[in-house]
Amino acid sequence: MPTPLHSEAREEERERQAGFACRVFCCAGTACLSAEGEAVWESLIDARATHGLKDKVDLVRTGCMGLCSKGPLVRVEMADVAPCLYGPVSAMFARLIMTEHVAPALARGDEFIRPEFLASQALPSDLAFFAQQKRVVLSRIDRADPERITDALAHGAYVALAGALEKQPQALIDELQASGLRGRGGGGYPTGQKWANAAGTEADRRFVICNGDEGDPGAYVDRSILEGDPHAVLEGMLLSGYAVGASHGYVYVRAEYELAVRRVRCAIEQAREQGLLGDAVMGSDFAFDCKVFTAAGAFVCGEETALIASIEGQRGTPRPRPPYPSECGLWGCPTVISNVETLANVPRIIEQSAAWFRSIGTADSPGTKVFSMAGRARLAGLVEVPMGTKLSTVVDSLGGGTKTGRPVRAVQIGGLSGGLVPAEQLDTTLSYEAMSELGSIVGSGGMIVLDDNDDLLDLARFFLQYAVEESCGRCAACRIGTHQLLNLATKIREEGATDDDLVLAERLSETMQATSLCGLGKAAPRTLMSFLRNWSDLVPRKETSTGGDA
Amino acid sequence: MKVIDTVAGRHSGSRADSGLLEALHGLQAEHGYVPRQEAMALSRRLSVPLARIFEVLTFYSYFRLEEPGRITLSVCDGTSCHLQEGPVLLNALQELLGIKPGEATADGAYQLNVVRCLGCCSCSPVLMVDDKVYSHVEPTDLPRIMKKHPPIVNKESNDDAHSTA
Ligand SMILES: Cc1cc2nc3c(=O)[nH]c(=O)nc-3n(C[C@H](O)[C@H](O)[C@H](O)COP(=O)(O)O)c2cc1C
Ligand code: SF4
Ligand code: FES
Repeated sequence: MPTPLHSEAREEERERQAGFACRVFCCAGTACLSAEGEAVWESLIDARATHGLKDKVDLVRTGCMGLCSKGPLVRVEMADVAPCLYGPVSAMFARLIMTEHVAPALARGDEFIRPEFLASQALPSDLAFFAQQKRVVLSRIDRADPERITDALAHGAYVALAGALEKQPQALIDELQASGLRGRGGGGYPTGQKWANAAGTEADRRFVICNGDEGDPGAYVDRSILEGDPHAVLEGMLLSGYAVGASHGYVYVRAEYELAVRRVRCAIEQAREQGLLGDAVMGSDFAFDCKVFTAAGAFVCGEETALIASIEGQRGTPRPRPPYPSECGLWGCPTVISNVETLANVPRIIEQSAAWFRSIGTADSPGTKVFSMAGRARLAGLVEVPMGTKLSTVVDSLGGGTKTGRPVRAVQIGGLSGGLVPAEQLDTTLSYEAMSELGSIVGSGGMIVLDDNDDLLDLARFFLQYAVEESCGRCAACRIGTHQLLNLATKIREEGATDDDLVLAERLSETMQATSLCGLGKAAPRTLMSFLRNWSDLVPRKETSTGGDA
Repeated sequence: MKVIDTVAGRHSGSRADSGLLEALHGLQAEHGYVPRQEAMALSRRLSVPLARIFEVLTFYSYFRLEEPGRITLSVCDGTSCHLQEGPVLLNALQELLGIKPGEATADGAYQLNVVRCLGCCSCSPVLMVDDKVYSHVEPTDLPRIMKKHPPIVNKESNDDAHSTA
């Protein structure tokens, strides 16, 4: 429901844009910035001034446009002309875009023909990478400036909140439960159920936490959302807070995500100025404020109880559940802790309805999922597809196969907690139910494409090494098991496996699965085990059998 | 007693946000590491035993107990970078600087670290210099990048020599 705040913002944006005949969007996500994106931006500003187009051309910095491997990306939009996306753009090429495309197109209108050398750097407008996506969470990320709240408001941010504040909290809980939204942080627990539990637990204070720890090496979904559309996450937190009766929120972000931390802080400040956070949210009697909490580099702190311990100033060691955080969380109070992407889904559901949300995805996994593709994928970047999409569609159609031209051997999905999906099983659908049948998980969204030159055993060792370093040491099975599996994997790689080695690996992995307290220890053996089970022909074998009895 | 109660009761008072980690982040932002002196001062200020502060400090890999080199080079060894020449980049840097990961050059100019995933995996291999991220980095790019971050010379040494002057 648009409010005076929204009409004002729209009016302000309309006025700001009224004189502009052309808008040039420049990606300001981490990937593009790392590839000289800063110089591209400066070059665009400079070239615009040279051509005296300051009043005619609007320059907008946006969140991640998605196709990171072709970055830095620049998009030109004009009335009556199809938008044009360029990439990779160098500082010099950015100047050419202004000189040879924007300026002459504005001068000549219909008669403008784009020079050939520019066209060669443009990405086809019907690229499957974009055409086959379904953007719900990422709907605003490539068109609004994450550092200007009026832009976000003009694009519909906080509309859901305005509508929600007119309703009873219970109505929101009902809507979210009906939507079937499941947590995107890995577990897949229904978010509406968490809300109901937290609201139903007697307490003076309640908290909302956004889990932006994103520790899985190879995933950058949460980072991109936090950087590109921090208001979607804040709105999700506000809605969670209103639904369960919390007045404080924490956005827990990895310290290494410097840009994300900065953008979220900026968004919080601007939201306060607009009265969207504070004692009277949008003039209502709902009070809510939040702050950023920077993590300190421990993967296990992504686990919810460890994360809470670290906010409390302790070592980030998981504790047994129950009680779940929704009953006994931060400072012993009911706490709703949700993943970044989960929270970004919430405003969309509240605004558009649970039925709409259920019209996307599968019955057990409604909605979309964002994946970050990397590794050998030809087109790497951020993609959002309906749940239930085949893995092969994402890898082959959107990702365009491998950049090496070699056949895909496997896809590592879900990072440390996930597993390897062999090429033969790529027609599996991406949904909680189908992935768990494979013994993998949808996970946080990391998707690493591997070709037949990649050493899967080395990758398994890599994950085990990571687990050894990151195990908090609380459970013996995890503390010792990760070491032993790492040694075993190293030995197999160097000397070949005996039958005993394989039996031992199975046993260790079973024990870790059964007796580890948290997901780290349970999941650590997964990649190694999926390698040993699925690629027995690739497992190096020791010739001389020792003949030991297992 | 529940874990939660020990801390909540001890040094939060009633304020939920007076966390130890924030204080430590503050110290590291100021000094580049957490000096023992400062940890001791913090222990007095919060009335928290020093041992508990160190228990927390040593748990989190982000906190440093020793003064790092003035410019930090962090090579990514996340999944994507590991597969795509990240280790090669690390070797090149080790040779260039003559140090191992976790060490600083003798003149204190550069610190070399290995980190797990900087969230820029579509552009591997990735190198972060202080807060600036560089992608698709080849060993041959290193001289150019290092030139952009020349060693900081003559940065005032922390205190001792001049403190009484
Ligand atoms: C070792 C470990 C690491 C985790 N890391 C993350 C993480 O980085 N981000 C995240 O959202 N959830 C992570 N989780 C899952 C959280 O414990 C929790 O289930 C999640 O934040 C809940 O949010 P959701 O319901 O929206 O998924 C991790 C779990 C484990 C066991
Ligand atoms: S499984 Fe590992 S990381 Fe998790 S609590 Fe146990 S020792 Fe710590
Ligand atoms: S693996 Fe290097 S940035 Fe993610």
